[in-house]
Amino acid sequence: MAQSPTAAASLPKSRLRLSAYGERVAAYTILAAVFAWLVVNFLDNPQQFLSAAVFGISNGALYALIALGYSLVYGIIELINFAHGDLFMLGTLFSGFIITVVFGSKAMSAMGWVAFLVALVLVILFCASINMSIEFLAYRRLRHAPKLAPLITAVGMSFVLQFVGLKWNGSTQKSQPSVLPQGYIDLGGVRIYTSFLIVLAVTIPILGLMTWIVTKTRMGKAMRATAQDQDAARLMGVNVNRIISFTFGIGGALAGVAGLMYEQTVGTTRYDLGLQLGLIAFTAAVLGGIGSLPGAVLGGVLIGLIQGLNEGVRYGAGQRWTQSVVFSILILFMVFKPTGLMGVSMREKV
Amino acid sequence: MTTTPAGPMLEISGLSVYYGNIAAVKGLNLTVNEGEIITLIGSNGAGKSTTLRTVSGLIRPRSGAVTFLGQRIDSLPAHDVVKRGLAQSPEGRRIFPRMTVAENLDLGAFLRNDKAGIAQDQERMLELFPRLRERISQKAGTLSGGEQQMLAVARALMARPRLLLLDEPSMGLAPVLVDVIFATIRRIREQGTTVLLVEQNARAALSVADRAYVLESGTIKLSGNARELRNDPEIAKAYLGG
Repeated sequence: MAQSPTAAASLPKSRLRLSAYGERVAAYTILAAVFAWLVVNFLDNPQQFLSAAVFGISNGALYALIALGYSLVYGIIELINFAHGDLFMLGTLFSGFIITVVFGSKAMSAMGWVAFLVALVLVILFCASINMSIEFLAYRRLRHAPKLAPLITAVGMSFVLQFVGLKWNGSTQKSQPSVLPQGYIDLGGVRIYTSFLIVLAVTIPILGLMTWIVTKTRMGKAMRATAQDQDAARLMGVNVNRIISFTFGIGGALAGVAGLMYEQTVGTTRYDLGLQLGLIAFTAAVLGGIGSLPGAVLGGVLIGLIQGLNEGVRYGAGQRWTQSVVFSILILFMVFKPTGLMGVSMREKV
Repeated sequence: MTTTPAGPMLEISGLSVYYGNIAAVKGLNLTVNEGEIITLIGSNGAGKSTTLRTVSGLIRPRSGAVTFLGQRIDSLPAHDVVKRGLAQSPEGRRIFPRMTVAENLDLGAFLRNDKAGIAQDQERMLELFPRLRERISQKAGTLSGGEQQMLAVARALMARPRLLLLDEPSMGLAPVLVDVIFATIRRIREQGTTVLLVEQNARAALSVADRAYVLESGTIKLSGNARELRNDPEIAKAYLGG
């Protein structure tokens, strides 16, 4: 995250930070403690530990999908799109709408898969077009304004989307039916839920597709160029506005996929869901190194894992403490490795 | 080869560019004919880079016209200007630091579809700048300043432009490399590309150019044959260091 360089520069370094040696000792002590905690919990009840881990990774895959949307947009225009979590919330509502109202599905059936696949396509289009519209209507106009203006606009957009969710779904939590197979497979005491397999079956190809788009296609090449130097990209003949719009489209599509998967696996939603999940996904993006796409995936899975273990093992702090644990870890990371797991330093001028 | 309409390749007339209320360029007139090397010299802040950025469509002029190959381009977005055959190697190189040399060159040819032609041009660039061949799969951000400059010029040429705009290609380079860059500019022209060169290094620029314009506080103060300007005592005093 942004630090204030002037304040840092005016103080002698030693007063701000522990010595490099002390810092390293502290970091390794913390890592050793975490490792010990993992080992103790694993030995206590291996089946429970692995079940919790599997559940956590499944959640983490959803966080990864949302976190990618933050990272993509941040990577290209250095904006933290606060409305992104709320877009995900709208994705859950829209998925529910397609499955229950349009298909009238109430439970798993042969039609369930059809409803699921149709909803997948539609929610991708829905969320992508909302995200592109937001960029076009609000952020594009502020492209050359001071950074604070688009940031505040993003907060405003977050409220707008929440209000849409409130009007659409009411103020209370609503549950939505799952049309996919329920239950779990028992692997020697380790529970692997069917929903976990479905989440992976959808998420992994989508992540693969996105990686292919960003690294191999012409559009992806233009995206990376725009992220590194907008004016230089223009001089190459890249239509920067179109690329930014496309980036918001991809981010929106991923939020839509996450919305449907959440709707199908967790099954409840509320207008302020985006606030909670968005914050967690944003944390994941920062943990992984904001702007880095593999980092966002890694951060998402890691936070899902932390959450799963915290809530599912004997010596975990329990659900009420999950957010505190997640954010404490974020703070520790920011202290010891401010660029995140896979982040690159923003200053690359030679 | 498309036919060139009669008249200059690039014509800038009455161009004024403002940053807020401050005029960076005021009523500038300049022409470039096909096959020429033209240089625009002047001190820091005279408006040289602003002029090039306006021609490339990165900033909009307040008034005046920019005509390229007989058509107005001053209201086109930058990516359309490139499409018309006008590429720029910008001030400060502006290479893509986290991409490899090969990827940078590839982006230079972003608007082209002829795979064979692109491969052929990349080979031509690597012949023009052998240093880049050694660095081809290295991240551009790890190159030295001179290598980055070569990459920036090569990247612009990958668009196969009719007119190449070069903004301060000698900036920050060791004298040996400056000579290499200027020798290359001559070769580029020999291979059929017209060049508009912006330089602070007036001596080197005047030695390579056919005609020159001297820019001062946003207006053209002097213009003419490069050789004559080089021998002009006033120019010598103001721009060539005595």
